[in-house]
Amino acid sequence: MSWITARRRHPAAGYAILLLGLLLVGAVYASVVGGGTAASAAPPAAADEAQITAGRTIFLQDCATCHGFAAQGQSGVAPSLIGVGSAAVDFQVSTGRMPLKDSGAEASRKPPQLNTAQTHAVAAYIAALGGGPAIPSAAEVNTSGADVGLGQKLFVTNCAQCHNFVGAGGALTYGKYAPPLTKSTPTQMYEAMLTGPEAMPVFNNTTITPDQKRAIIAYVTKTRVQANPGGFSLGRIGPVTEGLVAFLGLLLFMVLAALWITAKHGKTSHE
Amino acid sequence: MSTNHALEGVGTWLDDRLHGARGVRVLLRKVFPDHWTFLLGEIALYSFIILLLTGTFLTLFFQPSMGTVVYHGSYTNLDGVSMSRAYASTLNISFDVRGGLLMRQIHHWAADLFMAAIMAHMIRIFFTGAYRKPREVNWLIGITLFTLGLLEGLFGYSLPDDLLSGAGLRILEGVLQSIPIVGTYVAFFLFGGPFPGSDIIPRMYMLHVLLIPGLILALVTAHLFIMVFQKHTQMPGKGRTNTNVVGQPMYPYFMAKTGAFFFFTFGILALAGAFAQINPIWLYGPYNAVAMSAGSQPDFYMGMLEGALRVFPAWQWVVFGHTFAFNVFIPALLPLGALFTGAAFWPFIEQWVTGDKLEHHVNDRPRNAPTRTAIGVAVITLYGVLWAEGANDILANHFDISLYLTTEIARVAWIVAPIIAYILTKRICLGLQRKDVHLLEHGVETGIIRQLPSGEFIEETRPVDEESRAILESRPHYQGLPRGAGAGPEESQEGVPAPGMRGAIGKARERLYNVITESVPLPANGHGNGHAIEGNGHGDQPSAVVPSGSGQSGAGPDDGPPGQP
Amino acid sequence: MSDTNDHGHPGDHGQPGESARGDDLMADLAAAGQPGEHEGQPDGPQARRRVIGTPAPAAGRTMLAEEPAAGGAPRELPADPENLESAKRAERIVAACFVLAMLAGLGFIAAYVIFQVHTVNNTLHSNLALGTTMGVAFLAMGVGATIWVRRLMPDVEVSEERHPLASTPENKAAFAQTFEEGAQTSQFVKRPLIRRTLIAATVPVAVAPIVLLRDMGPLPEKSLDHTVWKKGTRLVVYGTNRPLTPADFSTPGSSLSVIPEGYAENDNALAKAATTLIKFRPGQLRAPTVMNWTVNDIVAYSKICTHLGCPAALYEQTTHHILCPCHQSTFDAARGAQVLFGPATRPLPQLPLTTNAQGFLVAQSDYHEPVGPSFWERS
Repeated sequence: MSWITARRRHPAAGYAILLLGLLLVGAVYASVVGGGTAASAAPPAAADEAQITAGRTIFLQDCATCHGFAAQGQSGVAPSLIGVGSAAVDFQVSTGRMPLKDSGAEASRKPPQLNTAQTHAVAAYIAALGGGPAIPSAAEVNTSGADVGLGQKLFVTNCAQCHNFVGAGGALTYGKYAPPLTKSTPTQMYEAMLTGPEAMPVFNNTTITPDQKRAIIAYVTKTRVQANPGGFSLGRIGPVTEGLVAFLGLLLFMVLAALWITAKHGKTSHE
Repeated sequence: MSTNHALEGVGTWLDDRLHGARGVRVLLRKVFPDHWTFLLGEIALYSFIILLLTGTFLTLFFQPSMGTVVYHGSYTNLDGVSMSRAYASTLNISFDVRGGLLMRQIHHWAADLFMAAIMAHMIRIFFTGAYRKPREVNWLIGITLFTLGLLEGLFGYSLPDDLLSGAGLRILEGVLQSIPIVGTYVAFFLFGGPFPGSDIIPRMYMLHVLLIPGLILALVTAHLFIMVFQKHTQMPGKGRTNTNVVGQPMYPYFMAKTGAFFFFTFGILALAGAFAQINPIWLYGPYNAVAMSAGSQPDFYMGMLEGALRVFPAWQWVVFGHTFAFNVFIPALLPLGALFTGAAFWPFIEQWVTGDKLEHHVNDRPRNAPTRTAIGVAVITLYGVLWAEGANDILANHFDISLYLTTEIARVAWIVAPIIAYILTKRICLGLQRKDVHLLEHGVETGIIRQLPSGEFIEETRPVDEESRAILESRPHYQGLPRGAGAGPEESQEGVPAPGMRGAIGKARERLYNVITESVPLPANGHGNGHAIEGNGHGDQPSAVVPSGSGQSGAGPDDGPPGQP
Repeated sequence: MSDTNDHGHPGDHGQPGESARGDDLMADLAAAGQPGEHEGQPDGPQARRRVIGTPAPAAGRTMLAEEPAAGGAPRELPADPENLESAKRAERIVAACFVLAMLAGLGFIAAYVIFQVHTVNNTLHSNLALGTTMGVAFLAMGVGATIWVRRLMPDVEVSEERHPLASTPENKAAFAQTFEEGAQTSQFVKRPLIRRTLIAATVPVAVAPIVLLRDMGPLPEKSLDHTVWKKGTRLVVYGTNRPLTPADFSTPGSSLSVIPEGYAENDNALAKAATTLIKFRPGQLRAPTVMNWTVNDIVAYSKICTHLGCPAALYEQTTHHILCPCHQSTFDAARGAQVLFGPATRPLPQLPLTTNAQGFLVAQSDYHEPVGPSFWERS
């Protein structure tokens, strides 16, 4: 301890304290922020009565207060779920958006509240109420053999204007945003295209066929895990972060180098 | 001291033919003053050299053609996608040429650093008044270099024909198209027809690889030649006068330092090329007229233009079957145009307002020219507001601000923020001047407390040391505006005003003079009577016509009225 | 340049090769100098040319003799730094830096040979290796050179006199005279006929380069007014080229990028013809949307933003706003794509839709107004 206090007036002491503080805050923050969502497990077997009943129970507990006891919706509060299909429910619940925690401009992804079995149960119940797009099967979201080049073309024409070139996300109006696709599972992506959650438009299977959806999913999933051969990706959002690095990294370094080169020698500067 | 025989031999051989000994000796002994801000221009210079080197490498592999090809190369995500040859060759450089990606990245980082350094250098020149006589020509050359650099960068990052830069070209075409009368013709001529055509990439290639680098090279050479010939300015200090240069000789000191600085530049750019991905065109995909990405921005030096385009409201005027698309050509041409024109005219405007015809070789401390500094900060603030607006969707997304709100804020801030910046900066400069005057008058606190016999504690001060005194006392010297004929000693007798001081313009000139020269006066103990110029050296430059008499119209350093807004 | 800075002496000081030693230095200087050359300096043989202002009181400063001294004259720069111990340490550090640079340079060459590319991961490794070795090499040289200058070279502060940049009145007068004489002799001033015809001769030739640019591109004429959409052109999905029936595109809230059939590879056409297809619920579409141009609440708008031509494709299903990501122009898709916010001044043109005999969505005709950014000739 006396080693530390003896150096409390060292020129670098202030910087050391600052660094320590930053590290502490960073560590606390990292430990507190939640992790990602659980990936959707295998899609459910055909709904059976027990599952639908279980789903109804969960629905009444967690969803009915906003969506109404018959899932008919409440104007200005929550939309009707009649006809949205199990795909929509699986998307919203497995990404944690539903049950909604706070009403902002948009529901955001967060750790899901219901586990996979519960999610599928509620989805089965809603599907039983009014039909709608079903949760895709494992084969439907299997991207092996998909045409990634076609996926790139379709993605960049229909998706990138909201989600950015590689799915890093983008701003919409009035506080809404198109989320980054870094954590979405293939099933969730398929379901999102199929059901058009919140502000996202709908891309049903006669518009963008399942094959084409798989191509898009293949492009997104391949690109997001792809290494960045140029180094740190700087967020993959383009020249804005590059400009920041140019000023705060490169120019700053050169200024420091210039300060060093032209500094007066230690002996003679303290006259 | 004996020199190497071989060197002597070569030297004699050259000298017999080129007569270099005296001239080169003068060069070797040239004195370069030593301040870190004087190296900012060198960052730009060395970045340019690195651009030339890496760019030459890239031209060995790049194909400036818009002919389409179906890609089957190493980057498998785009297999089967049809793209231009330009884009395909860029993928080839990135993934199939060893060192290709590194050269591409160093090239692009060097371009960013080049522009950033030019901005920093220009700002330094402005705030220290180094653009004043005799350096106005170099200032104009510098602004031209800035403009050329902008264009060079724009064309350079558009060459790979990727989605992001292609969108930028589309915007360029839209801007050209909007120009009244000639717009559509200019757009069609540049693009060889409707957008995108097949000519724009090869044409930009010529501009980017041949014409503009040639111009930049010529202007940079002139810029350096003039700087060496006129000798560099120096910061105020002891022994530094308007008629000398104090520093270290070129050989061996400055050569070594500038050489080291070149290595630092190249080194940090190489590390950036290794660790910081830039312009990952494979992620953007080839240009596609039907596609667009969220968060599309040009490179940062075009950001001000982008912001201007975003912030401007939807104004247009359709009259007699023709459209004045104000919403496009005003933001595209006015802010940047005004900035460059204003910057180009500034030395002459300042010269006119202050009537300053002397040569200036000692820099001003920014605080000692409060109005100039405040104007500079205000302009930078305006630039910054528009620059930030150019990234408004990224800022909205990452900082959770409503998208439209960012634009609405910018629509107000572009006027309000510079005004606030001006006022704040001026007050801060005057405050710093007061601090300096206080130091001169009362000396430096020593931290030694003494108790007087009466019981009072005082802190001992010592007078400022000579080196600091020289710096603190350095002030720009204003000779005052021309006085007319027949002006008598009494206040009431004005006589005939001098040419240039007549009428409304003359009155405006006088008022501007008072504002621009506003300063906290130095303490009256023997300094600042109009004899000493910069520093505490001696010897006036004989070049200017200095009005006689010490009674000067407007404010001199002694009687500048503080407290004016 | 050498004239002004070197005091304009045409003669030489000191002889090359054989050098006059110290005693003759003063004589040399006196003989070579001209009085009054340097302001403020005393004349005469005792005059030592050079002085600066008061030097900073630190050890190791020196005054530089500006006049070129004959060979063997007193040193202009000190030979060694003061603190030789610290210099020795510094020398080792500098040498270490240079050795590091050499090794890194060799490492660069080795990395080039060892690391192959052709895949993303390989490129990453190659780029890292090449960039790091190159960066370390250069930075090490920079660091070494800096320490060399700062610690190995002796501390020096020298000064040099500035000279008036303006030429002397004699030189200016001589120049003026030479110029005037030449102008007289050339007859240029005296013979206005030659002058004027010369100017007349050069004007067309000067204009010729501008004229040569005419064939850079075609005249726009009416081409900006039309797209390739015609009556009966089928709408196909961009990327897949599938035509669509209204039943295919039946889910409300759907939005899609479509292009005219047959133009998938024609970027010139697509840059104007790209279209956004949107499906609404019954009753949502309102004036000024032209209902005759819709099919089953499916409406088509030009995708090319009327501000600057970016594909304005961001469609918010809940607000039915089309947002252009470039500059945030916003259009209300339910109300004829009217501008709601942003710099665009015109609504997105609506493509008249109908179905053909086979039931596919087709255009009734081209857009009824020019698409894309405004231009002068657009009324």
